Amino acid sequence: MSATTTEPPASLAAGAPAPTTEEAALRIRRAVVDMAAGRQGAHVGGSLSCADVLAVLYFGVLDLPGDSFVLSKGHAAPALYAALAARGLLDEAELAGYASPGSRLFGHPSRGLPGVEFSTGSLGHGLALGCGLALAGQLREESARERVFVLMGDGELQEGSVWESLMFAGHRRLSRLTAVIDRNGLQQTAGTEGSLSLEPLGDRLRSFGWEVRETDGHDHGPLRAALAAPSESGRPVAVIARTVKGRGVPFLEGRVSSHYATLNPALHRRALAALRAAGQVAR
Amino acid sequence: MTAPAPATTAGPVPGAAPAVPAGPREAYREALTALAAEDERVICLDSDLGGLERSFGDRFPERYVSTGIAEANLFTVSAGLAARGLRPYAHTMATFAATRATEQLKLDVVGTGLPVRVVATHAGLSAAHFGATHYCLEDLAVTRALHGLTVVVPADAREIGPALAALHELDGPSYLRLGRSATPPVHAGDVPPFRLGEAVTLRAGSDVTLVACGPLPVSFALAAADRLAGEGVSARVLQIHTPVPFDAAAVAEAAAATSALVTVEEHRPQGGLGDAVAEVVAAHAPRPVLRVAVAGPLPGRVDDHAGLLAATGVSADAVHAAALRALALAPPPTDRPR
Repeated sequence: MSATTTEPPASLAAGAPAPTTEEAALRIRRAVVDMAAGRQGAHVGGSLSCADVLAVLYFGVLDLPGDSFVLSKGHAAPALYAALAARGLLDEAELAGYASPGSRLFGHPSRGLPGVEFSTGSLGHGLALGCGLALAGQLREESARERVFVLMGDGELQEGSVWESLMFAGHRRLSRLTAVIDRNGLQQTAGTEGSLSLEPLGDRLRSFGWEVRETDGHDHGPLRAALAAPSESGRPVAVIARTVKGRGVPFLEGRVSSHYATLNPALHRRALAALRAAGQVAR
Repeated sequence: MTAPAPATTAGPVPGAAPAVPAGPREAYREALTALAAEDERVICLDSDLGGLERSFGDRFPERYVSTGIAEANLFTVSAGLAARGLRPYAHTMATFAATRATEQLKLDVVGTGLPVRVVATHAGLSAAHFGATHYCLEDLAVTRALHGLTVVVPADAREIGPALAALHELDGPSYLRLGRSATPPVHAGDVPPFRLGEAVTLRAGSDVTLVACGPLPVSFALAAADRLAGEGVSARVLQIHTPVPFDAAAVAEAAAATSALVTVEEHRPQGGLGDAVAEVVAAHAPRPVLRVAVAGPLPGRVDDHAGLLAATGVSADAVHAAALRALALAPPPTDRPR
């Protein structure tokens, strides 16, 4: 991994200056691309689509320790590992071992890893976990300020258990709970609307008792505003982050086939070059 | 978006028959309410079972959480509560606990090792006239296969309070298997001390061991032992109230001291008590092990709980017959290394 990331990461834990959320997102994307170039490949498309959400959460919104985060779309593990490493919660050197024998970094996050409280990857569990954490805060005054964030895939919303949890959170008015939906529009084999349609998603969520915010999931200003603002209505907050699957790597963007890919050396170089160019523009 | 006003029509139907003697659910609700008075971490999560809202809910409304008829969410929300230091008791019927929301049980409750207490009613055929959708004859197989889950099956209503008290001390997850309606008490006098993971010898005996789990199976084993005694056959009765962790030592000892074993359970023969006993006996003191368990298709006609069990092969008569068959299979004591 160190061969392809150009500078050593600034660790918040080490007291180095915090990267901007834009810098953090770029680092997450580089690390994701590196992991996808490994022997096992990676869920690269859905990791890249939520890289900005993770960067904004971990470098602009989450109050750690204290707030809780659950990656319900566990297949975006590469992005989470990269975010945890950038945040100093995980040793950056571990990223090189992703999905390799002996590594703690499975293709889906396993509990016990620093920063990972629950094993996720079976879709439709994370929102209920978030409901439980938020309900605990509601029941116990001492954790009244704790916020709970759950990052979900849009395809994940096809799981029936999600709607049990959506109903529950709305009914209990779990206002400290924020569900972020990575609305990249694609799942493993098709578009969500062709597979099992979700729209009108915002209306559906509102009808379940949620305060809904729709935002560009790659534009950090509005994304941060949507994630950071506490509930205004006393209801749980759903942030529909409109994203592009494979975002940042042109030959992956918007493609169903980006869901899981192994990047050969040539594609790996192309992907890194695209990210490098984007990073220079950002600066 | 305002939630509808809560219905206030819960309560007995006017003119309904007087309350029947305390069954497992009544005993359980009383025990849980008493526990909640002692420990403010106790949270009662209910999936519209009926009864908890009036007992626990009336007493501790702020700690009574209805999750609605949504068992997947029930279990996973419970895990989230447990992760923040609470002691959630998650209530549903056994069939929904073990076969509808199995994955939530596996990953979020058992996989995390969190202290979630699953309380499953209507186990076995105890739902009786409610029919096949409400029976659960697979939950011991499922829960035994989930590594790290403690599984308890009280044999009568009086054991439920002590069982609950023992489970409450656990740091990990547990599954409490209860029936629906009242069954005969199995202890003639006082209830023996309830120790998790320890089998209880209800009758001493030296010819055959009857290993039983659950309310009616234990009653059937005791009745069969009485009949065998009249016929000159000395039957030991071993009650298993904790299928997991299993008291392998007690079973191995009973196997070594008798010539054959019969297991009695309100479950399919696969994966339940019979398998647990056979695994131990085969490894430590090989003897014939015959299983009295729910066999064949489910009855197509309504009957009461005991009638349904009898129709599917579980009765005192079946235990008696199995004991004689098992003894006939056993080599004469002189041929057997002691």
